[in-house]
Amino acid sequence: MVRIYAFKDPLAENRMFLSRVVVVFIFIILLMFGLVARLIYLQITGHEHYSTMAKSNRIKSVPLPPTRGIIYDREGRVLAENTPSYSLELVPEQIKDLNSTLLRLQSLLNISDEKIAQFLKQKKRAKHFSSIPLLLRLTDEEVARFSVVRPHFPGVDVYARLVRHYPYDFLTAHVVGYVGRINEKELKNLPVSEYRGTHYVGKIGIEKFYERQLHGQTGYSEIETNAQGRAIKTISSSDPEPGANIYLTLDIDLQKTAYDALQGYKGAVVAIEIKTGDVLVFISRPGFDPNPFVYGISQKAYNALQLSEDRPLFNRALRGQYPPGSTIKPFIGLAGLEYNITEFQHNLYCPGFYQLPKFKHKYRDWKKWGHGLVDLNDAITQSCDVYFYDLARTLGIDRIHTFLQKFGFGEKTGIDLEGEKSGLLPSRAWKSKAKNLPWYPGETLITGIGQGFTQVTPLQLARATATLANQGKVVMPHLAASIINANYATTPQSESEKHITLQEKNLQDIVSAMINVVHGERGTARTLRAGINYVIAGKTGTAQVFTVKQEEKYKEEELDIKLRDHALFMSFAPANDPQIAVAVIVENGGHGGSVAAPIAGKIMKQFLMPHAGSEGEMAIAN
Amino acid sequence: MQALKERWPLQTETKGEHFHPPSVIGTILRKLHIDIPLFIGLFLACALSFLILYSASGQNVAVLIRQAARIGLAFVVMIVLAHINPRQFYRHSAMLYVVGVMLLIAVLVVGLVGKGAQRWLDLGFFRFQPSEMIKITTPMMIAWYLSGIALPPKPKQLLMAGIMIIIPTVLIAKQPDLGTSLLVASSGAAVLFFAGLSWRFMMATGLVLTSLAPVLWHFMRDYQRGRVLTFLNPEADPMGKGYHIIQSKIAIGSGGIHGKGWLGSTQSNLDFLPESSTDFIFAVFAEEFGLSGCLGLLILYLLIISRCFYIAVQAQDTYNRLLAGSLTLTFFVYVFVNIGMVIGVLPVVGVPLPLISYGGTSMVTLLAGFGILMSIHTHRKFLPT
Repeated sequence: MVRIYAFKDPLAENRMFLSRVVVVFIFIILLMFGLVARLIYLQITGHEHYSTMAKSNRIKSVPLPPTRGIIYDREGRVLAENTPSYSLELVPEQIKDLNSTLLRLQSLLNISDEKIAQFLKQKKRAKHFSSIPLLLRLTDEEVARFSVVRPHFPGVDVYARLVRHYPYDFLTAHVVGYVGRINEKELKNLPVSEYRGTHYVGKIGIEKFYERQLHGQTGYSEIETNAQGRAIKTISSSDPEPGANIYLTLDIDLQKTAYDALQGYKGAVVAIEIKTGDVLVFISRPGFDPNPFVYGISQKAYNALQLSEDRPLFNRALRGQYPPGSTIKPFIGLAGLEYNITEFQHNLYCPGFYQLPKFKHKYRDWKKWGHGLVDLNDAITQSCDVYFYDLARTLGIDRIHTFLQKFGFGEKTGIDLEGEKSGLLPSRAWKSKAKNLPWYPGETLITGIGQGFTQVTPLQLARATATLANQGKVVMPHLAASIINANYATTPQSESEKHITLQEKNLQDIVSAMINVVHGERGTARTLRAGINYVIAGKTGTAQVFTVKQEEKYKEEELDIKLRDHALFMSFAPANDPQIAVAVIVENGGHGGSVAAPIAGKIMKQFLMPHAGSEGEMAIAN
Repeated sequence: MQALKERWPLQTETKGEHFHPPSVIGTILRKLHIDIPLFIGLFLACALSFLILYSASGQNVAVLIRQAARIGLAFVVMIVLAHINPRQFYRHSAMLYVVGVMLLIAVLVVGLVGKGAQRWLDLGFFRFQPSEMIKITTPMMIAWYLSGIALPPKPKQLLMAGIMIIIPTVLIAKQPDLGTSLLVASSGAAVLFFAGLSWRFMMATGLVLTSLAPVLWHFMRDYQRGRVLTFLNPEADPMGKGYHIIQSKIAIGSGGIHGKGWLGSTQSNLDFLPESSTDFIFAVFAEEFGLSGCLGLLILYLLIISRCFYIAVQAQDTYNRLLAGSLTLTFFVYVFVNIGMVIGVLPVVGVPLPLISYGGTSMVTLLAGFGILMSIHTHRKFLPT
């Protein structure tokens, strides 16, 4: 290769090169200092920040969910338990193609589209690398079928989990309630750290009211994980504290008796142990099976329950508000005696109707031809309306309101269940506020026989009855007898401070009249007295659902069943040493004496004569 | 003359060595054409590479064996090149450059696609990355061209040199491999700089390039734009594009002053830091050995660079000087670009940490460069007194 060399100055070139090397070297040192400055910033100034980030990168705290407390009845029979159940769960992050995996699983195990949708919804709010259940309650066959092909489904596994089970399903649905998947709204209100590993929360009933106690304390395990979320080792862990077991005051045998007795009807039964306020029976029928709610009830089944005319999901004992009808009469009568408006032996002629002075309107008695001459005893025993029209008029709405309020009408009983209704005890103040109308005298009359605006819940009626039986000492109904945890055992406060001052003689008079309802010759609940060795005090009631017009006649047979009267019965026994108070409401049941009273009778008999057995029932039929 | 006098004592020292009875080892090494200080520096760096690679690869011995094989091959290449007289490099510069450019064209036409870019040429028995070769042949070509003219270069000659630089740069950028193309461009530019390119011209070029940035942006591929955007604000997409640099900063920052100790990197061992064995190995190093370790590594690099500049200054003709200076500066650019990227002051470009990162081709190229430096240094002719 031939090259023509230009004139060169090697020394100048060399000098230039040397100076450039010096410049570059200084420049390099400056840049090195720049790197060092940045390293100092990261490794000294930012050290703590980045250390924390590195730690949170690798250390994940994994919740160890506690075992939910068990619910027992007063005899220690299990009402809610945790049973192992197989579930098919997926960790979406470990699955390459989620959609095809879901499709393959769907054809393998016959999973409904609804369940897939539910899973995808859950996946959205699940934490990374958490296991999300797709199918619950796998049968042994399904477990086997999946196990065979398991290697083809990375990230999918079958787990044995404890799932809530209610062995008495229909009997306890409205009391014990049920747990269900935590929904988004609940998630916001629950303490996040406590519920990180928990999938279920109490939705209604005892399960909801005592959620925190039943749930227990979540434990945590600090686990070192790699970037893929795979656990490398456990660093530390704190054990979960299992939820408290709850013993209820409920007696499942009595509960069953009440439920069976309501067979064919809609209604509610509440029985309270008078001395303690223990709720022995708390039935609303129709009931429902709470178990499907635990593992996710299908939309179809839920709609069927929701739209059913019988409203099985409606807790009648707690939330059903009914006119008390004649069951209010012992209280009105007692008010009359306490306010010295009337005397027990005071007589009144009942022509079959009552008229306010200067008004044409006839307030009818249920007995068209009248009861004739009646005193308070007769008025209660035979449930004479005219007597109570007159008594109510004399008492006036204000005194009625004040007196009935003492027995807890118009206010919540404070039972340990959520969603209780307070009923309605009308007053002038209420009416002007609610309806912006003055109180009319006629409304006082119908209030006196438990019609009109007044509404009570079965629970309220039972409590008022128990308070009456308890000689005015207000009974506080409650369901939890004791809450027992590893560290403590508590008994919820049930003693009431409130005591209604009543004259003993008046009380005895009213109770004797109530005894005559069952044991008297003309009592409306005479059928109850057969085959028992104790005395029952009670009062029947028939609450109008449908207002009969002035000149019309109420013909039960002709009426649509939905418009038939509600049958009520309130009672306690034994009359001389009251132990149990029972309130029964049978929707559209017709007469209190014939439908509602026998149900209460069965419960009292089973409670007071536990060994009488079925022969007792035979005796009743005489 | 003054400059020559200043340099003289340095040369007499070397010469003195020559006159004293030479030690046996000294004689052997001289025969081997190995520059001892540089060799020690490179050896230390490679030893560090083993240490940190063992940790970064998750204590994978197979990786170490493969790396050992590559380093071995690279050292062989280095020593072979050290034996070749620099006159031979000079003589074949233009030819090597043309061959390199033709290979780059061949890559674009028939090359293999790897990681979305055409970089490899399959020669049947092994795969070859021509862009690595051009990293050395480009400065050789520019040095050859400039050594034949009176320096500093005139505008026409500058234009010629510029074209020589731009051809391989554009070809590599088309692969696309922006990182390497910029490194090739900078290695060529480095020669021009050492040849005495005027400061005024450099500033003007700088301004023009800055104003051309939007145009460059226009020609960039989406992933390249993404890298720049991520560099500007990594927190914008912490789980996606910003993940890499954030995890890298976490690794470095959590190392603190003293580090977590060898094999103590949680970021790398638990796979939070991607590419921890290759481009991001410095983050693992910083996490395990802390600021003190990083200072040590930077000092080692600085010592290697110093020795190389010493060799460049000692070189006896323009071609050798320019080539040595350019290879040295390019080595520093590698170090700076990689560390700058890992610590989050430069955008992410695929440049490995020289001498430390896992990977074969770049290691061979690097040590080939050092081989040329050793050749330049050990083939000097000593002037008579």
